[in-house]
Amino acid sequence: MYVAVKGGEAAIANAHRLLADRRRGDRSLPSITIEQVVEQLGLAVDRIMAEASVYDRSLAALAVRQARGDMIEAIFILRAYRTTLPRFGYSEPIDTAGMLVERRVSATYKDLPGGQLLGPTFDYTHRLLDPSLIGDEPVAAPAMKEPGEQAMRVSDILDGEGLIEGDGQMPGGHVAGDLTREPMEFPMPRDLRLQALARGDEGFLLALAYSTQRGYGRTHPFVGEVRIGEVEVELDLPELGFAVSLGTIRVTECQMVNQFKGSAKQPPQFTRGYGLVFGQSERKAMSMSLVDRALRTDEFSEDIVAPAQDQEFVISHADNVQATGFVEHLKLPHYVDFQAELDLVRRMRRDHEAARAGQANGMKEAAE
Amino acid sequence: MNAQHTLDTAPGTAGRKEGMRLLARATLAELTAAWEAIADKPDVAPVRGPETGLVMVRGRIGGGGDPFNLGEATVSRATVRLSTGEVGHGQMLGTDKERARYAAIFDALFQNDAHRPAVEALHGLIAARLDREDQRKAEETAATRVDFFTMVRGED
Amino acid sequence: MGTQSQIYAGAFADPVFAAQSVFRTLMDSFARPGTIGRLSTQSSPPSPLGNASGAVALTLCDQDTAVWLSPALAKSAVSQWIAFHTGACVTEAKDEARFAFFEKGAAVPGFDQFALGTQEYPDRSTTLVVEVEALTGGQPLVARGPGIKTEIVVAPKGLPDVFLDFWTANRAIFPRGIDLVLTAEDSVLCLPRTTKLERE
Repeated sequence: MYVAVKGGEAAIANAHRLLADRRRGDRSLPSITIEQVVEQLGLAVDRIMAEASVYDRSLAALAVRQARGDMIEAIFILRAYRTTLPRFGYSEPIDTAGMLVERRVSATYKDLPGGQLLGPTFDYTHRLLDPSLIGDEPVAAPAMKEPGEQAMRVSDILDGEGLIEGDGQMPGGHVAGDLTREPMEFPMPRDLRLQALARGDEGFLLALAYSTQRGYGRTHPFVGEVRIGEVEVELDLPELGFAVSLGTIRVTECQMVNQFKGSAKQPPQFTRGYGLVFGQSERKAMSMSLVDRALRTDEFSEDIVAPAQDQEFVISHADNVQATGFVEHLKLPHYVDFQAELDLVRRMRRDHEAARAGQANGMKEAAE
Repeated sequence: MNAQHTLDTAPGTAGRKEGMRLLARATLAELTAAWEAIADKPDVAPVRGPETGLVMVRGRIGGGGDPFNLGEATVSRATVRLSTGEVGHGQMLGTDKERARYAAIFDALFQNDAHRPAVEALHGLIAARLDREDQRKAEETAATRVDFFTMVRGED
Repeated sequence: MGTQSQIYAGAFADPVFAAQSVFRTLMDSFARPGTIGRLSTQSSPPSPLGNASGAVALTLCDQDTAVWLSPALAKSAVSQWIAFHTGACVTEAKDEARFAFFEKGAAVPGFDQFALGTQEYPDRSTTLVVEVEALTGGQPLVARGPGIKTEIVVAPKGLPDVFLDFWTANRAIFPRGIDLVLTAEDSVLCLPRTTKLERE
């Protein structure tokens, strides 16, 4: 028999009303606008776009405002919204070599074509709280300088010597899979793994990447290159017979270079892990590239000895919307479930006590 | 698909493609100002949309390898038909359906000989603004380029 | 070769409400196999696709549903019309199609040439949308199965002679198999794979 219990309607309505009140906070303060969130909390917006897997600054800003700054809640809201939209198609692959670069650094070559472009980075700041930001002090305009040559890809430099593996190729005839359309299956090809990692939780990927550095999965990585900037998105219009540009998006790309001592099939060379993330998110792109490399065990005949190399473990737990759904559902009513468990434990307890009493009697009898 | 290119009869596909690229980046103010300036406005009938949906943005493994699906982006699009017969398409990132509708109108006007000069003027305006913005960004980034120099210590 | 007016015209005037209304009719018709559902909204697709079939296409097809068209439809402006208004791509492989469309009088190949789904995902099969001469007045068939209280007689006119054999074979591979939407004029009659058909 199933007995449905109703109730809580008024409580829920009032809870929502209270949430709206707490979200607004002190009414004597001006409310934050979406534009302010986009402009002044841009990296929070970027993280929401990356992990919701939806590129739209305004919607991401709305989501984080609605979520009172709770990032995973904001990601959840944006993910939910995307399901209401029709799919128009798949873009032409973006060309990161043709990026309008805003930052590009390499840890492998000091003097490389295009140079080390620091861009708007936290690196080399003192990480001291800045009291001037308590108020609204004027901020100087950026310095300007005549641009130099186009920043060439670092992987192309090493490629000239034949010391590095090429860009990733899938087996002939492979069609890129889409996680949003087909259920996950393992083993999962690299293209699908990259899609899962690109929308994976930054904290989870960071921890896994860190674990590879601490010895859980042998790696010896260098940042060949991190670049941030705008790339064009083009969509093929069948009704016209050509692709048109829809505008630009900002992405972060990381080429992680790893030493590889070679195998029976391959000579010693550098292998690569790849990271590509919506928005400006170096930490995520670097973590993604380390985890991507760690997961390529089958390509390099490596033993799976660490969590970061186990694709089923990594991919199944990288999505924070799935994770939060399953963890947080535990707080929802489980009254009937628990009642059944309670009965079971009571019965086991009775059996246990009866057995103990029986044992005690047996010992007594034996002693007599 | 023998009929795929039948619609592509507007003079200068390259010009139209570049025009659509620019219209995708136009601000609402630029579009409405250009529309207001047109003297003999044709009537505009919707054919599809304006509507907002998603495009799956693809990247390449390793930057230049085989494609993979990176994540989706919001896109708004519209198709309109002018009373003079031309059909135009507008599509751009984001959720602004009004901009998409205007972009479709100007794509249609571009195919009309009488209106093309006005559309080309709008294209020029947008292109000039984008050039200024890109140039500014490039110069700001260039100012953060590291100039390495070697410190000489000691006598020899 | 399609002209602009053939391709761009003829979709729903009010896409959201029209699609909802057609979807409701289709859902009810699949829930009550053998009943005739009248579409309150119609499309005017390029010939030779019928109006009701066009409405079904506009309602059910999208970017994720590959569509197969009968040879006559594939040659017409219909493929571009469907592509433009629904986003669906037209495929030549029957077993990759989620929907297959046939104009009135078209030859219908064996159902097993289409996608039949798998044991794990029986939903991944093709739905055939077949326009017939009329939904009544043909050879009477007795339908039984889920959604039918006892039995109902259906008599679509203009089905190929081998239809009953095809349908019986389709029933035999349940839970796999195709589903069928018959259309005529402004109406539909749906036969899900669960329905059993016999001669009266």
